[in-house]
Amino acid sequence: MLYSPSPLHIPDGFLSLAISLIFWAITLVILSTAVKRTETLDEKQVPLMGVMAAFIFAAQMINFPVAGGTSGHLLGGALAAIMLGPWAGMLVMTAVVAVQGLLFQDGGLLVMGANIFNMGLLTAAIGFGFYKAAEGRQRKLKLFAAGLGAWLSVMAGALFTALQLWLSGTARLDIVLPAMLGVHAVIGIGEVLITVAAIAFIFKTRPDLLEESESSAQNGRGWIVVGALLSLGVVLLSPFASADPDGLERVATDLGFLEQGANAPYKLLSDYALPFFRDSAFSTIAAGLIGILVIAALVIFLARRRSIRHTSHN
Amino acid sequence: MPITHEKRNTPLPENLAEDQPVIAINNLDFAYPDGHAALYEISLDIKKGEKVALVGPNGAGKSTLMLHLNGILKGAGELRVGGFPLNKQNLPVIRALVGLVFQNPDDQLFSPTVFEDVAFGPLHMGFSEDEVIARVEEALAQVDMSGFEKRLSHHLSTGQKKRIAIATVLSMHPQVLVLDEPSAGLDPRARRGLIQLLNTLPITMLVSTHDLRMASELFPRMVIMDEGRIVADGLTSTLLRDESLLEKHGLEKP
Amino acid sequence: MHDSLFDRFREGESFLHRLAPTVKVVITVLFILSDALLPDGHWLGFGISWLTILLLNLAAQLGWSYTLKRSFIAFPFALAAITAIFALPGETLAVWDFGPWHLIATDAGLLRFLSIVVRSWLSVQVAILLVTTTQFPDLIHALEHLRLPRMLVTVIAFLYRYIFVLSDEVLRLLRARQARSAIPPHQRGGGSILWRARIAGNMVGQLFLRSYERSDRIYNAMLARGYQGHLRTLNRHGIHTRDWLLMTFAIFLLILLQLFAHLG
Repeated sequence: MLYSPSPLHIPDGFLSLAISLIFWAITLVILSTAVKRTETLDEKQVPLMGVMAAFIFAAQMINFPVAGGTSGHLLGGALAAIMLGPWAGMLVMTAVVAVQGLLFQDGGLLVMGANIFNMGLLTAAIGFGFYKAAEGRQRKLKLFAAGLGAWLSVMAGALFTALQLWLSGTARLDIVLPAMLGVHAVIGIGEVLITVAAIAFIFKTRPDLLEESESSAQNGRGWIVVGALLSLGVVLLSPFASADPDGLERVATDLGFLEQGANAPYKLLSDYALPFFRDSAFSTIAAGLIGILVIAALVIFLARRRSIRHTSHN
Repeated sequence: MPITHEKRNTPLPENLAEDQPVIAINNLDFAYPDGHAALYEISLDIKKGEKVALVGPNGAGKSTLMLHLNGILKGAGELRVGGFPLNKQNLPVIRALVGLVFQNPDDQLFSPTVFEDVAFGPLHMGFSEDEVIARVEEALAQVDMSGFEKRLSHHLSTGQKKRIAIATVLSMHPQVLVLDEPSAGLDPRARRGLIQLLNTLPITMLVSTHDLRMASELFPRMVIMDEGRIVADGLTSTLLRDESLLEKHGLEKP
Repeated sequence: MHDSLFDRFREGESFLHRLAPTVKVVITVLFILSDALLPDGHWLGFGISWLTILLLNLAAQLGWSYTLKRSFIAFPFALAAITAIFALPGETLAVWDFGPWHLIATDAGLLRFLSIVVRSWLSVQVAILLVTTTQFPDLIHALEHLRLPRMLVTVIAFLYRYIFVLSDEVLRLLRARQARSAIPPHQRGGGSILWRARIAGNMVGQLFLRSYERSDRIYNAMLARGYQGHLRTLNRHGIHTRDWLLMTFAIFLLILLQLFAHLG
């Protein structure tokens, strides 16, 4: 089979409405920034991103036998971000995930926000962040950074998928988390090997392409921080959650995500009230989310103001 | 609820003066950014209604020259299309006058459907919706592909793709059709059909090709290029008889 | 091979085929939303939804089981939901001990698990119905109507056009790899994992370069036809009164189903 669905494509029905909508909101905020950022780039960017999206899609078909009938293949988020820059990489991955969901039902529609976040946005941010951290260093170090970023990007995707499933009341955390992380620790190795070999190949044949994308993201230092923070989250959260799932479970129950025995999707709209503001736990989460969104919007706004002022000074 | 686009009309000279060459190139030189020189002292006039074959070995500079006719590459020297000197200001007009069709139809047809591809040119020239639709119909009829509007590009055969590729520029009503290797990769029947199509299109043509039999059938005039220079320019029938010239530039008598 | 793998559209003349793509997308999403809102274990509601899908299958002249047969893609994922059986408190059905895990299957858990599987199975079917009765380029137009950013829609359109071209290139690369790796029978061939991965990586790198160069040529072809950095499209899919009526009717039915499920 050339086209093999990855265990990261969540179908509809597996996430609660609340989780689906929250991740749609987060994804849309990040994507609208990505669209604004890429619109100001070179006009050649449009066909480039389009063909690159088809490239990622096709590259996911290239597999190599690992052992026992399983095969390694590519998710591609880190690779796309390293080749094209973080924002363009995110858009390219979004297009890939969207077409896989829309055309092939590989991943649902209502849950597509979560799928885009897990497989497109997280992977691009982490992959690019690590690669950027090795900017100006030797090629070996760059390849190492790209490989580490690729592995962590897959692990982050797996971690978030597990958390979303658990928060939706679809899976038990103490089982789904080690299972997801375990499987993807291995899948991630395939990701690392292909990503590193592909970048090494391009270093050998067309180094100018990689240098070009580096210079086009001069002010991308922030991505190192983003990538590092996200990975830190993965690294810290995974063992904690695996070792003490009850602890995390308690947190989520206190926040109101996990209503044991209750019917999350039903509860959400059953009272003919605005779902988020009825229950105190939900309103806490809503407030937290709105806070995050406001801060994110502020940061983006300030960053844009700064860059506008920057260009007008020149 | 159609999504409309801004109206913008480029003033186009519908009819050029008869004696004015459609394409006038004087002393054109070009080197790629990596320093590799591709064109030397190219001078070439093509008059209205002429059908010219451009032949020569791979790497002779044929495709590079064709990219100049549309201002995609810019070398040193003088280049006029329809009397307009090539500069940034005239670029939209020149691109409408020169219908450039690339060799690989999979690069030329970049939209999901045939309609969108044939409409791309007129849309970007700023025509109204009705005009765009009319032009698409007309262009498809010219290449004998009426009714293919809704077809998906990837469902077409190579021969059909080549025809649609020609329609994508005919819809812009160009003064001259510039084709890069139109018969490459076609089976004999599709090649025959293409030759008939090119024969019926009443438009000035510059066509690069390795297919000397097609050249002798369709194009009265022939230009031979080798190593970035024009080495011969004359009647196809005369040049094709000069075996030593053909052999010298890697060509084979049909 | 594309025809079976990448083309999901089936030619037809039904009212579903003729319905405006935008309306179809909206109804599909609302249907999936309605699925998500049905309470766990509301089998009657699920049944009505499935019956609707069966009827739509017939209406689209696909035969009653068309979407059913193609709906098993999400089933492997059901593995992830199996643990729901052990996640909820309720009447104990069975107890297992697996290493560190103490698993108590409850009736509530089982109900949740089955409901999740049914929801996903219904959602997949309605999504299949959408792509079976709508050409993908029309779906792309629908996304544009729904105000998705032009940039993203364009990337999706290019992706769709070039999946076919690039997957052919991948097939050629894979065949070339196969042709050169002769493995004697009953022997493990193909070198170490690292070596195999490097071959795959080289193929990905090569594919990247070819794609990059292709995007250059496409850019030239766009320039040659008047592209100046601002894309224009002509989107001829109007939404007619009939489409509005049908959408209103569908929404009315979905609301009715929800009222019935939650009040009845």
